[in-house]
Amino acid sequence: MTNMLRFLTENHYEAGAIILFGIGFLNLLLQDNLIKKFIGLNIMDTAVYLFLVSQGYIAGHTAPIATVGQKALASKFINPIPSGLVLTGIVVSVSVTAFSLALVQRLYKKYGTLSLDKVLVLLKEDKEDESNP
Amino acid sequence: MNLIHNIPFFSIFLAMFAGIVTILIKDGDKARRLHLSITVVIGIMSFILLMYTYTKEQRFTFMMGHFPSPWGNELKAGPLEAMLALLFSVVMFLSIIGGKHLIKKEILPEKQGFYFIMMNLIFGAMLAIIYTNDLFTAYVFIEINTICSCALIMAKDSGSSIIATIHYLIMSLLGSGFILFSIAMLYSITGQLLMTQLKGSIMVLLSSGEYNFPLTIIIALFTIGIAIKSGLFPFHTMLPGAYDSATTASSAILSGLVLKSYIILLIKMYYCVFTINMIRQMRITNLLFFLGLCGMVIGSLLALKERRIKRELAYSSVAQIGYIYMGIGIGSDLGIEAAVLNIIAHALAKALLFTVVGRMKDVSLSQDFNHCLKCAAHKDPIAGIGFLVGSFSIIGIPLFAGFASKLYLAIASFISPAKMASAFIIIAASMILNAMYFIPPTIDIWSPVHESDGNYGPRAKVSKSFALSTTAFIAINLLVGLNYKYIVHIVDIGIQLMH
Repeated sequence: MTNMLRFLTENHYEAGAIILFGIGFLNLLLQDNLIKKFIGLNIMDTAVYLFLVSQGYIAGHTAPIATVGQKALASKFINPIPSGLVLTGIVVSVSVTAFSLALVQRLYKKYGTLSLDKVLVLLKEDKEDESNP
Repeated sequence: MNLIHNIPFFSIFLAMFAGIVTILIKDGDKARRLHLSITVVIGIMSFILLMYTYTKEQRFTFMMGHFPSPWGNELKAGPLEAMLALLFSVVMFLSIIGGKHLIKKEILPEKQGFYFIMMNLIFGAMLAIIYTNDLFTAYVFIEINTICSCALIMAKDSGSSIIATIHYLIMSLLGSGFILFSIAMLYSITGQLLMTQLKGSIMVLLSSGEYNFPLTIIIALFTIGIAIKSGLFPFHTMLPGAYDSATTASSAILSGLVLKSYIILLIKMYYCVFTINMIRQMRITNLLFFLGLCGMVIGSLLALKERRIKRELAYSSVAQIGYIYMGIGIGSDLGIEAAVLNIIAHALAKALLFTVVGRMKDVSLSQDFNHCLKCAAHKDPIAGIGFLVGSFSIIGIPLFAGFASKLYLAIASFISPAKMASAFIIIAASMILNAMYFIPPTIDIWSPVHESDGNYGPRAKVSKSFALSTTAFIAINLLVGLNYKYIVHIVDIGIQLMH
């Protein structure tokens, strides 16, 4: 138990990322409200970014930005690649979220609810009306 | 550098650039023509690349920009990649011209330009997934593929298509989440993202035996992510609604190509980052083999139960995806080759089937094959013949493309007695089920509207673009079915060069 606690505190970024991923995953799967579902997705993505960016962090080192008049030493900088990847990931995540919210808005205009269960019932009624005019 | 080495980059760039140019084109017809021209140009370039790499038996690396590996980005192309790019171009071109009439009819005129932006982008994304040698680039293009797929499904803008899109999006993003997490974990233990460098680092880690458990988790996460995105049973629930509510060309491309692009990435991962022996030792192949077998049977049973033809074809895709994963699950080069052969056969047959079903639905104004698709083949005989050829290929009847893949899957399963027995039984059962679910619609489409008077009704006006598309699909299907040994040879060289 003590070993496990020590392991979790030593790797708190990774442990936090996995817990967040789980929270996001469950929200995405179990929430009935579509907006909450997509919030879950965002939490899931954020967890991966936290995990990734923590891999590039080196305690005591700074952001890899060279200052005028000072020699840029790679040994003083953190690994910039994960930060770059996370930036790209954030752009992807923002695009996906915008697209998802546009879809949800369109669905709300059509059915007047954000509940997936209610929409499915309404859709079923629509289909029955189509087959029995 | 050889000019031909630029083809992979130019193919991706052209498709993406066409997507940007299409924004400026308001007219749907012009946007379609631009897309078709780009597809033809990329198809010709891919053919040249295929000839070059096949005759030289070469797989080359193309450096993107001015930074060499491991800092820069890379593309890699060999005979397998070139052949798949050619296949994707051909199927894309024929699906668009075959479904042209329905795109015009079902998508609002002001939205047609946007539809072709998405078509260009999805084409570019699929090519990038085929050619890239960088895992993070693959992830970015997977996401572009996802967004474009969703846009193609919801292009009809009906209530059911929006629901289907949300379902497809949620499942796809779930898959992307797993893939991204596995890439992040892989980076954290290797510090690499290019496949070649990753393979070197993983071999060192394997020999030390230190990271076996994290590596298993990484492979499992990546495989599950791809399995969700490619609709492997039990993650197939998004497919029927999506294909049913999308327009014909979208269903053909999503089922024939988009699902396959993810599987190709998985195969590349298994060869270029890990090794197939390593995947087999970690028993991931056993899981894929089992899920593949389940998919083959359950997909076919669900198709048998279905009354709407496009949903039936979607479940048929679930079964065919099962065949592909069964091939991968065999865990040998021959198994992977059979899986690739099934990717090719299924892309040709399913795109043909969706195209002809769209046409039959159009001439009969319904897709419930229990009574309303009746006589559709008489109204357009080319559609009827196309349906027969497509279904024969899916069933696995000799002379058609689907036969070769099933034959090679059976041969590949000789690797182990247990796999051989289960593969033989399930392939036989699945082929019978395939025949069973294709018989009712085939009878219906060739039957008169009223059995008593034998009235077939008037013939529909001939659609030249549809006739051209269906004839070409039938010809290519027969060509592949009759000359499958050449295709197998190309696939074999491609796989060997990936080792």
